[in-house]
Parts: sequence; structure tokens; C-alpha cells
Amino acid sequence: MTNAEARVPLLRIVSLTKRFGGFTALDNVSVDIPPGERFGLIGPNGSGKTTLINCISGAFRTEPGTVLFRDEDITPLQPHVRTRRGIARSFQIPRPFRSMTVAENLMVALDFAAHEHVSVAQRRDTMMSILTQMGLASKANASATKLSQVELRKMELARAMATHPKLLISDEAMAGLSSSEVDEVLDLLMSLASQDITIIMIEHIMQAVMRFSDRVMCLDAGKIIAIGTPSEVMANQRVQEAYLGT
Amino acid sequence: MKRKGILFWIGAAVFLAATFLMTQVVGNQYPFFAGYVILQFIVLAVAWSILGGYAGYVNFGTSAFFGVGVYTAVFLAKAFGAPLLVQIATAAAIGALMGFALGLLTLRMQGIFFSIATIALTIIIETVITNWRFVGGAAGIQIERPPTTPPFDNYVQMLFFVQALLVVLAVAISRYIQNSWIGRGLQALRDDELAAECTGVPTLRLKLMACVISGALMCAAGAPAAMYLQFANPASAFDLNYSVSALAMSLIGGTAHWSGPIIGAILLSATQQLLTVTISSEVNVLLLGVMLVLFVVGAPEGIIGLVRKIFHSRNEGKE
Amino acid sequence: MDLLLDAVVIGVLLGCFYAAVSIGLSVSFGLLDVPHVAHPAFLVLAAYLVFFINEHYGIDPLVAGLIITPLFFVFGLAAYRLYYETFERRGSDAGVRGIAFFFGVAFIIEVLIILQFGVDQRSVTAAYIGKSWRIGDMRIPYRMLVAFGVAMALTLLLTLYLSKTYMGRAIRAVAQDQEALRLMGANPIRVKQWAFGIATAVLGLAGALLIIVAPIDPTLDRAYIGRTFCVVVMAGLGSMSGTLVAAVILGVAESIVLTMFGASWAPAIAFAMLLGVLAVRPQGLFGRRS
Ligand SMILES: Nc1ncnc2c1ncn2[C@@H]1O[C@H](COP(=O)(O)OP(=O)(O)O)[C@@H](O)[C@H]1O
Ligand SMILES: [Mg+2]
Repeated sequence: MTNAEARVPLLRIVSLTKRFGGFTALDNVSVDIPPGERFGLIGPNGSGKTTLINCISGAFRTEPGTVLFRDEDITPLQPHVRTRRGIARSFQIPRPFRSMTVAENLMVALDFAAHEHVSVAQRRDTMMSILTQMGLASKANASATKLSQVELRKMELARAMATHPKLLISDEAMAGLSSSEVDEVLDLLMSLASQDITIIMIEHIMQAVMRFSDRVMCLDAGKIIAIGTPSEVMANQRVQEAYLGT
Repeated sequence: MKRKGILFWIGAAVFLAATFLMTQVVGNQYPFFAGYVILQFIVLAVAWSILGGYAGYVNFGTSAFFGVGVYTAVFLAKAFGAPLLVQIATAAAIGALMGFALGLLTLRMQGIFFSIATIALTIIIETVITNWRFVGGAAGIQIERPPTTPPFDNYVQMLFFVQALLVVLAVAISRYIQNSWIGRGLQALRDDELAAECTGVPTLRLKLMACVISGALMCAAGAPAAMYLQFANPASAFDLNYSVSALAMSLIGGTAHWSGPIIGAILLSATQQLLTVTISSEVNVLLLGVMLVLFVVGAPEGIIGLVRKIFHSRNEGKE
Repeated sequence: MDLLLDAVVIGVLLGCFYAAVSIGLSVSFGLLDVPHVAHPAFLVLAAYLVFFINEHYGIDPLVAGLIITPLFFVFGLAAYRLYYETFERRGSDAGVRGIAFFFGVAFIIEVLIILQFGVDQRSVTAAYIGKSWRIGDMRIPYRMLVAFGVAMALTLLLTLYLSKTYMGRAIRAVAQDQEALRLMGANPIRVKQWAFGIATAVLGLAGALLIIVAPIDPTLDRAYIGRTFCVVVMAGLGSMSGTLVAAVILGVAESIVLTMFGASWAPAIAFAMLLGVLAVRPQGLFGRRS
């Protein structure tokens, strides 16, 4: 990312603040993310990472603050419209459609978000190729309630991918996984990034963040305390304090 | 997929032909009186499940829609002497509008609030009708049937056939919804509304759509009831029993498939028709309530679910 | 003008009575999130039991209400257990079936009452029923004053219980954060079950008030779905002081409409206010949720 500043940012967050009653979960957050970047988002529990994702995907209303996506102000848009514009996300606690099979979970995304006029057969092909890429092909007809933890995480990512996103946000997709499973998911995200998808990855596992990210941002109590290359951020005094506790 | 569709329409045609033939051949009036009620409940249960089953929004307001259907017909008959089909079509249009208004007002709320709001709607509309002199107020109103149109030689037979047409319409719509992207979207939002939104499902629009269609069908089902009973009063047109019945029939039949509400409606209303002859109507309602609670607790997927389970365990046994 | 003043005074008394019949729901629905549509049916059931005791043993309705209170407490414990085991624990799709369950239960209770007591109106006898207190031109029925006094005491006691005792605070905590409660070493399910028991026990006295204030009939629960949910939603789920204020607002509104437009519009008022609140301010006047 040598030329990042020169390009138009894919996602641009301007002075975003989110309050819950009197509590400020996000405090005047501004950041630009250029297309193609692998962006790591870290911060202690409760620092506002998920809240930021919710504001980007439209699950929460924000005011004040603006979210621009490909130069368009998407702040007033509902979540499903943002998804169609190309913002997809996974959930920290997986939220599959429980009454459906894995394949049907993906078909929802293909039916509603991938808006090209394609035939049902083509959609099924797309679905199978995504499932194959995610290593879930054998589970296509399994009920979403019958999946293991890793499989659920992968399905969340697969469903997000099926919406044909330009920006993919992964919220702690590796939490609670074994180290080999972490590598699996990380490799998956890497391969998605190489398909021209910009990725925001929220993660606690530092090794994974270091390996994955072009750039890392650290939140603490709703404020950006550091942003830069992974090694810069890791070396930052305040980041270390936030993580180790003062 | 295609073959199933053809089978469905053949089935529908056979059903209509059979009901028509029945009106031409059977002389005894009782089967039509009883059959009409069963058909009416099929429409109500199927309509209920479009919102309650597919989308998971429990509507307690079936009686509101049904009653508005009844009074639309009463008003049109009294004011303009409008024919039956006009009454039904107008009722459907008003039901759609009502569904739209109710949806806009309440579908942003989560489950129980929507349900409570639908009860509220019922009572409010009933109160308004009770205070409306032109359609008889609380005392009710007598309605005269127009002369019968051929090929039917009896008005109830005609109503029976008209209600059969409504059944086919309702089932065809419900089946279409289930098999289309609309059904998938509704199912997704029933499972998880936020996840559905973030997967691109326009949840509010789909819910509104379901509410409008469901409301239109319920109102349409109510419209012929005025002519059937030749009398209408608010207390019986807006009887909460319609709400419990539609809900219970859908859930007991099972909402995972479009045929569930039909099975539930036939089973329960046929039993009721048989039982009313022998026991009091209170016991009838009691039976409905007990069945509902038993199924909801013991067989959450309804009869459809039970049947599927049996088939599954058989198949697994074979392998 | 005098008429209006009358209406307001009666409305305030009526409102306090509404608070007493709604406060259980404020706990079960407001705090515990149980879609308790059968709450008004439980209430009417309690009133019929009070009627039965009063008629057969000549016991004062309020005492009768106290007698059935422990019964209702146990009933509440059992009802929550059943609800929890069949719905909350299984998780998915609990919404639809939970609501349908309580709706079915309400209907069953209604029919059982009809089968046992018939559809006629029933009332109780007590020294304070039928007489009025005169101040100037105003006549205030004693039964309303009794209802007012008991309702105030009940609401106050429950509010104190929830804010001052350990269990009460646990109940309020369970509404906000089950995890935190678990960390404190309390079992959230136990706490919820207890709370539901309390919410149901309160219906013993509330039922007595119901039949003291006016004669009852088996389908009265339908009207009270509107009133109780209107009060609880308007109050903002789970706010006890809010419940009292919201109930008084409803009581005064009903009383005024009754005087101005007549009884035939009365049933719709609570429901209309409920719809209004839901549409305009779903978090209620004193809402706890953002
Ligand atoms: N819906 C909500 N209502 C109230 N507070 C919330 C809500 N969502 C998050 N919060 C609060 O905002 C803060 C940030 O939460 P979150 O963004 O989930 O943190 P992270 O994902 O970084 O662990 C936390 O203190 C949390 O309690
Ligand atoms: Mg988080």
C-alpha cells in the first residue's frame, strides 16, 4: 500500500460518535480505508470495535458522524441497502439462519444481495464455488444448527461472501478456535483479500493481526489511540498499556 | 419443481370441479353449511400463516380483518346493493390497506408488541363499528340475500363454491410465496432479523408485503359471511375466536410448509363441526385451546413436523 | 366543569387500581421479557376465586385475596418453570410459540371459568360496597377508596421489595445483565422463577380489587389485555414508579372519555393509547431501553 493516500478511499468514516444513553461507546472516530487494504482493528473488550462495525453496516444509527462508501454518504441508508452497495459482515457471535441448511443460508444472500440477473442454476454454481473455497462443500445440505464452531464461523464468512462484497468485515471470526483452525480461517481471509476485496478484520490474536494487516488501528474506550503499520502500533506505548492494563 | 407445480394445479382444478359438482348434485343443504365454515377457516389459517408462519409475527387480529370483511360487505350491500363479487373484491382491497397501515405502524416492533397491537386494532375497530348506526350498531343488522344466480339454485351453495375459489387463491399465493425469494427472505428474517438485513434482505418491505397479502385474504374470507348468516353484529363478526382458531389451526398443522395450515384447518374445523352437534360451543373452544397448548409445547413443528419426523426415523432405520 | 373535576378524581382512583392490576405484568413482561398475554386471564381467575370464597364462606373479598395469594405464588413458580423448560431453554423460535402458548392458556382459563361459573356477571358483598362518601357535590364510592388504598399499598410494597431487598435487586439485575448476575453467584433462572412467582402472587389481591371495583364476567380479561399492556408499555418496560404514573394517566383518560362520550367508547381507549404509545414512543415514558 504505497500509494494509498493518492487513491479515493473505499470507506471513509468522519467524526463518528455513538452513545448509549449517557455512555459514549465511540468518540469522534475518523478513518479512511483505501480499496484493497487489509485493515486490522484491535482494542480491549468493550472498546467499541463491534459498535463501529454496527455503525458501518447500519445496524446502529449514528449521529453525529458520517460514513462514506465509494464517495457516497451511506449514513441514512438501511443495512440491507448498504449490503447491496457492497458492505458485508460477519457477527462476533454467529447468527446463522437456524431453520435453514448451509446452502440455503447462502442462497438468501444470493437472492437478495447479488443483484445481477442470474439464473437459479448460476446462483447454485456460485454458491457451491464459495462453499468449496471455504471448505464447506460437504456441509452444503447440513442444517445450520448442526455445525461446529469453526464451520459456523466459516459459514458466516461464506454468507457474507455470497453478497458479493467490496468490503468484508470480519468480527472476531477466530475467537475460541484452535491454532490450526485460526490458521485455516486466516488463510481464507488472505485468499479473499487477493480477490480484490477490502477486508476489515477484528481480532484479539496478535500473531494473526500482525500477519494479516497492512495497517492496524487500535481503539480504547471508543477512541482511536493508535493507527499505522502493525509493528508501529504494537510498539506504541498506549496500545501496550491498554492491553496490559495500567 | 416444474412437475410439482403441474401436480398442484391439477389438484386445484380437481378440487374446484369436485366442489362445483357437489353444488349441482347434492340436494341436502347441511353439507354446504358445514363445508362453507371449513373452507372459510382454511382461507383464514392459510392467510394467517403467511405472516405468522413464514415471517414469525403472531397476529391476534384475524378477527379484526374478518370483521372488517363482514362489514364491508354489509355496507356495500346496504348502500349500493353491490353484488357478492364486488363485496369480496372491495373487502380484499380494504384488507390490504388495513394490513399496510397496521404493518407501517407496528412491524418495526419486535414480536410481542406487534401481537398486542393487533389485539388493540381488533377492539378499536369493533368499538367504531359498534358506534356506527348505519350498519346497525351494537344490535346488528339483518341482510337480505339477492336472488340466486345460475348455475346455482341455492345461495348457500354459491357461497360454498365462492369460498372454495378463495381457498384455491389463498393456497396458490401461499405456495408461491413459500417457493419464491419472498419466502426465503421471510424465513431468514424470522430466524434473525438483523442477520437478514445484513445479508441484503429488505425486512420491513417483506413484512409489509406479507401483512398486506395476509390482511387482504382474511378480509376477503370474511366478506361472504354476511350473506351466509344473513345477519351481522359486531360481537360475532369481531369474535376473538377467529383469531385463536386461525392461529391454532396454523400452528397445529405446522407452518414449515404451505400445506400445514390446510391440514390444521380441515382437522380442527371438521372436528368442531361434528362436535357442535353433540356438545356445547364452550367445550369446542376449550378443545381448540387445549390442542393449541399441547402442540405448541409438545410438537412445535405441528402435524407436518410430526409426519416428517416419522418419515425420517423410518428412513434412518432402513439404512 | 364540576363534571370534569369529578371525572378526574374518579380517574385518579381508577388509575391507582389499574396500577395494582398491571404491576405484576410490569415485572413478568417488563423485567423478565415473558410475553405474558395470559396475565389478565390470571387476574380474572383470581377474581372468580375471590368470588367463590366470598359467596361460600362469607369471607371479606380482601381477606379472600390474601388467602389465594400463596396459591398464586406457587402457580406462578410452576407456570414459569413450564415456560422456561419448553420455550426459553430451547431457544430458537421461542417467540412465536411462547406468545401462542400464553394466548392458548388465556383462552383455556376463560372457557373453564365459563363452564364453572357461567357467563353472567358476578359480584361480591362487603360492608364498603354500595356506599359512597360525600364531599360537597362529589360522591366517591367507598369501594373505589378501598381499591385506591390497597392498590397504593401493593404498588409501594412491590417497589420497595424490588429496590431494598437482595432478591429484589437480583430481579432487577436479571433484567439487565444475566451474566453479571451469574458472576455474583446467583442462578438467573431461579431469580426469574421467583420473580414470576411474585408477579403472579400479586394477582391475588389485584383480583380481589377487580371484583370489588365492579362486577366481573369471564371475558373481562380481553379488556384488561389493553389496560395492563397499555400501562406497562407506557410506563417503559419494568419501571415501577412509571407504572403508577401511566396507570393514573390511563384512569383519568378513561374516566373523562366516559363522562364526555359515553360508555360505548370506553373499551377502545386503553387500546388506542397503547397503539399510540407503541407508534410514537415504544420505549415508554420512563423507558429503560435505548
Ligand atoms: N446495544 C447496546 N446498548 C448499550 N450498550 C452497548 C450496546 N452495544 C454495545 N454497548 C456497549 O458499548 C461498549 C462497546 O462495546 P463493543 O463495541 O461490543 O466492544 P468490543 O466489540 O470492542 O468488545 C461496551 O461497553 C458495551 O457495553
Ligand atoms: Mg466485539
